[in-house]
Amino acid sequence: MRGKFSVVFALAVGALIVSIPLFAHHGNAAFDVGKKVTLKGTVTEWVWANPHCWLKFDVKDDKGNVAHWVAETNNLADMIERGWSMRSFKPGDEVTVTVEPVKNGNPAGRVLQVVLPNGQTLGMAYLRTGQEH
Amino acid sequence: MADRFGAPMIVLAAVAFSLVAGAQNAPRINSGATTEQQATPHPGPVLLDGWGRPVTDALKPGEKPGPAPRHEISGIWEPARGPGDGIQANGPRDMPYDGKPEHDPPYTPLGLETLKSHKALFGYAAVLESLSNDPRNRCDPLGFPRADFYQIRHTQIMQDDRKVVILYEFEKRWRVIWADGRELPKEIPSPRYYGYSVGKWADDTTLVVDTIGTVGNEKIWLDETGRPASDAMHVEERFHRVDHDRLELTVTIDDPKMYTKPWVAVNKFPMRLQSPDYDVVEMMCIPSEEEQYYKDYGDQASGIDSKQSK
Repeated sequence: MRGKFSVVFALAVGALIVSIPLFAHHGNAAFDVGKKVTLKGTVTEWVWANPHCWLKFDVKDDKGNVAHWVAETNNLADMIERGWSMRSFKPGDEVTVTVEPVKNGNPAGRVLQVVLPNGQTLGMAYLRTGQEH
Repeated sequence: MADRFGAPMIVLAAVAFSLVAGAQNAPRINSGATTEQQATPHPGPVLLDGWGRPVTDALKPGEKPGPAPRHEISGIWEPARGPGDGIQANGPRDMPYDGKPEHDPPYTPLGLETLKSHKALFGYAAVLESLSNDPRNRCDPLGFPRADFYQIRHTQIMQDDRKVVILYEFEKRWRVIWADGRELPKEIPSPRYYGYSVGKWADDTTLVVDTIGTVGNEKIWLDETGRPASDAMHVEERFHRVDHDRLELTVTIDDPKMYTKPWVAVNKFPMRLQSPDYDVVEMMCIPSEEEQYYKDYGDQASGIDSKQSK
C-alpha cells in the first residue's frame, strides 16, 4: 500500500513539476492588466533579441535600496515599426519607464513607454498607423 | 632571466585581468553591437528598414498607382492596413476563431476531435502556455498554409520564367511555386512543411497557386488557434494584382479529412507594394535566445525556474 502511495505521490509531484507554468511570452496571464507603474531608473542592459526585446534597469528607493527591474517589449520587427532600435538605450541612461507590472510582485513587467534622457518618448504605437495593434 | 621578464609579465597579467574583470562587470549592450554602433546616437522614432535606412513609400504623396503589369507579382509587399493586420493571432482574418458559428469552418468529426486536441495560445479556446502543445512553441516551422495565416509581414516575391519564390519575413522562411507548366506530383516524394506548389495564370493579373503534400498530422497547424490541417489538404491561393501597387490574397482550404467542404480563410487580404530598395528585418525563432529570455525575464515574470519545469 505504502509502495503504491509512493508511486502515485511521485507521479503527482512529477506532473506538478512538468506543469509549472512557463512564462507565456505571447499571453496576458502573468500581468496585472490595466495597472501602470512609472519608474525612474538607470539602464543596465538593453537586449535586442528574440522572441521579444527586453530592458533591464535599476531603480533606487528613498533608502538607497536598488531593485533590478526587467521589462519586456515586443519582437524586434515590431519594435522597429514603432521607431525603436538596438541603439535606443545604452547602459547608464537615466530613463523613466512606464510598465504594466506582473502580478507576482517581482520587479518585472511589460513596457508601455520609455522617456529617454533627451526627453524623447518611445511608445508602443506603430509609426505608420498610430495604432498599437 | 626570470627577473628580467617577471615584473613586466606580472604587470601585463594584472592589466589583462583588470580588462577581463572590467568587461565582465560592466553593463553591456547585447546582440553584438560594435563600439562604433553603440557610440552612434539614436536617430529618433523614425521608420527605418532592416538596413537602418528611412523608409520611403513606393507611391509619392498624391501619386496614383499605375496599372498592374501582366503576369508579374514580384516585389516587396506588406499588409496595406498596417503591420498589425497580418498578425492574425486569432485565426485567419476572415474566419477568426471567435466563438461565432459563422466563423467555424465545416469540421468533420475527425477535424473537430483534432481541433480539441490542439491547445492553442490564441483563439476561442486559448490555454496558458504551460498547457499549450503548439509545435511553434519549440521554434518548429509554422509550415503551410499557416505562413499565410499568421504573421504575414513584409513578403518578398521574386519570379523568373519558371517559378515564383516567396520569402516570408516571419521565421525567415521561403517557398518555391513552380510556374513552368508542370503538374502537382501524383505521388508525394516526401511530405514537406511547405508542401509542393504549382502556379498558373488565370488571367493577366491573377496567379492561382495550388499546394499539396504538406506534412499534416501534428507537425503543423492550420492557424494560430489550433485548427487542423491534414496531409490530404489542398490549398488554393489566388494572388490578384489589382493595380501596380496593390496585391490581394485569397486562400481556400480543401481538406476532406478535416473539413466537409472547401472554405475561404482569407478573402482579398490587401498588400501594398513597398519601395524596391526596402530591406526586410531579420526575424527568427532562436532557441538560445528563447532560453536567455526565460532566464532574464520570463522566470522573473512568472516566478518560476523554467529550467526546472522543462
